[in-house]
Amino acid sequence: MFLRRLLSRIATTLVTLFGVAVIVFAVIRIVPGDPVAMMLPPGATEADIARLQAFYGLDKSIPEQFFIWLGGVVQGDFGTSITTRQPVLGLVLSRLPATLELSVMALVIAVALGGLVALTGTRLRYTRTEGALDVANGMALSVPDFLWGLVLILLFGVLWPVFTISGRVSPNLAPEFATSFFLFESVVRLRFDLWLDLVQHMLMPALALAIPLAAIIGQLLKQSLKETMHLDYVTLARTKGYSENHVILREALRNAVLPTLTLIGVQFTFLIGGTVIIERLFSYEGLGNMAIDAVINRDLPLIQGIVLLFALLFTMVNLAVDLLYAVLNPRLRHA
Amino acid sequence: MLDGRSLVKRTAGLRLWLSAGWIAALVIGAVFAPWIAPQDPLMQDLFTSRLPPFWMDGAEPGYWLGTDSLGRDVLSRILYGGRVALIVALIAGTATALIGATLGLIAGYFRGWADMVISRLVDIWMAFPPVLFAILLIAVMGTGLTSVVVAIIVIDWTRFARVVRAEAMAQGAMDYVASAQVAGRGRMSTLLTEILPNVLSTIAVLLTLEMGIAVIVEAILSFVNLSVSTDDPTWGGMIAEGRLSIHQAWWVLVFPLVALFLTVLSFSQLGEGLKDRFDPVLN
Repeated sequence: MFLRRLLSRIATTLVTLFGVAVIVFAVIRIVPGDPVAMMLPPGATEADIARLQAFYGLDKSIPEQFFIWLGGVVQGDFGTSITTRQPVLGLVLSRLPATLELSVMALVIAVALGGLVALTGTRLRYTRTEGALDVANGMALSVPDFLWGLVLILLFGVLWPVFTISGRVSPNLAPEFATSFFLFESVVRLRFDLWLDLVQHMLMPALALAIPLAAIIGQLLKQSLKETMHLDYVTLARTKGYSENHVILREALRNAVLPTLTLIGVQFTFLIGGTVIIERLFSYEGLGNMAIDAVINRDLPLIQGIVLLFALLFTMVNLAVDLLYAVLNPRLRHA
Repeated sequence: MLDGRSLVKRTAGLRLWLSAGWIAALVIGAVFAPWIAPQDPLMQDLFTSRLPPFWMDGAEPGYWLGTDSLGRDVLSRILYGGRVALIVALIAGTATALIGATLGLIAGYFRGWADMVISRLVDIWMAFPPVLFAILLIAVMGTGLTSVVVAIIVIDWTRFARVVRAEAMAQGAMDYVASAQVAGRGRMSTLLTEILPNVLSTIAVLLTLEMGIAVIVEAILSFVNLSVSTDDPTWGGMIAEGRLSIHQAWWVLVFPLVALFLTVLSFSQLGEGLKDRFDPVLN
């Protein structure tokens, strides 16, 4: 049963990815103006244009062009960036680690912060503190990451400048790294000076991304916890004389956490999507920042590659979450 | 024992009134901007550049919230920027609701192949990061108000389609729909006279939330200079300029940020307030 579920889920994922490719191709095709004319210098002859069109397969029918293009994409040929004249795949992969590290750090902060809010709210349920937490949580929920980023820049970049609000790492330390996974590498090499510098740069953009997700986690987890606290086995633990903290952390949390886990999976893709503008805001050298530069320079092959990579990432995260949920949820496992 | 929910409940009405008040003020400010604005929002004057707001030393009368590095009046630019924000909220929000809700109703009520196609499209759309999708569309269509509105409709119709589809499915399974059918009503007539009125409240809630989202998307696009032409004042554009001169003139960033923050928060609070009112479980 599980295998069938897995296979059908992979099949729908492939259909989605094919749809993504069609949409991206179609959007790029509506570009006003001839893509070849943009690549050639002024004064190119008709023969030059025809040769380049044949080279890029633009003299063929649209479906043919699509499958030629898709065949290239599947083999990792994402085309050549117009501004840098380098293969898109290499450019995109060189920036991916920065975005991944930022997203994962934001996710960790969101889980910690949201968990703390939920546990505090449950421990102090039906008090004024819970009410105040709810109001603050509601505000954090309705304001998007872009605005939190600006607020953080004002608070911790200007009013009380304790954090760096621009870049990924201090420029003099950048040559120290051998890979693009700066944060991971600094931990593995036990270079805590580098680690500190990275965290000092990343904390504000990561926090901006984390606040809305933390609010969602806090809200849902608290709701599940409060429901669980009424169940018989929790009452039993309480009559056995366990402290309230023990009951919440050891007994209730384990059963209340599953809905939140699913939610985190879906919301994590939204968080990754948010990196596009947050990276711009904090001049963080990741994929999102590169995408906006690509749009400003009208470098369509590059932005096409970035969109495809993000879509692939989203679909993979969703697939992983679905499978993880099936593994964790006993009702689905034995279905 | 004090009920923790009481604080939330007690302040809910107040928050709703404050939100409605702010939106009303914004609409008045935007509509009457040419008469209210103390200065021409585009007028540059290097002699009045980076004037501080009125309560600080060195402020000049007539420039209540100070000026930016080109000497343009911040308050006047916020009022005119509110025009762009509200136009986008209204047009993009309504069009997104119309298209998304129609597709959601069709998918949820008629089911079959229409549902399959629409649901598959929603799945594909969910694979795109919204902001990146929006800037890709702007890159292709070129900048301008129309492009911004079209981009918002294209990226956000799924928000309505998903929820309305689920709602229409739930309503379609109810007895009153079956009795309408037994009474000899056609499918289309049942959809319009029985299902639609029952999902309208959901659409109204989503529309209010969508307006806030449209405002933020426009601000993000104008922040990266991909919205209306750079001459027209926008909140996002002002924020981008303010971000650059943040250490010399904080007010260029702070005031449009406050306007944007309150607007987004107000739309969201209004939406949540409507949801509470319509949701029988909560009352």
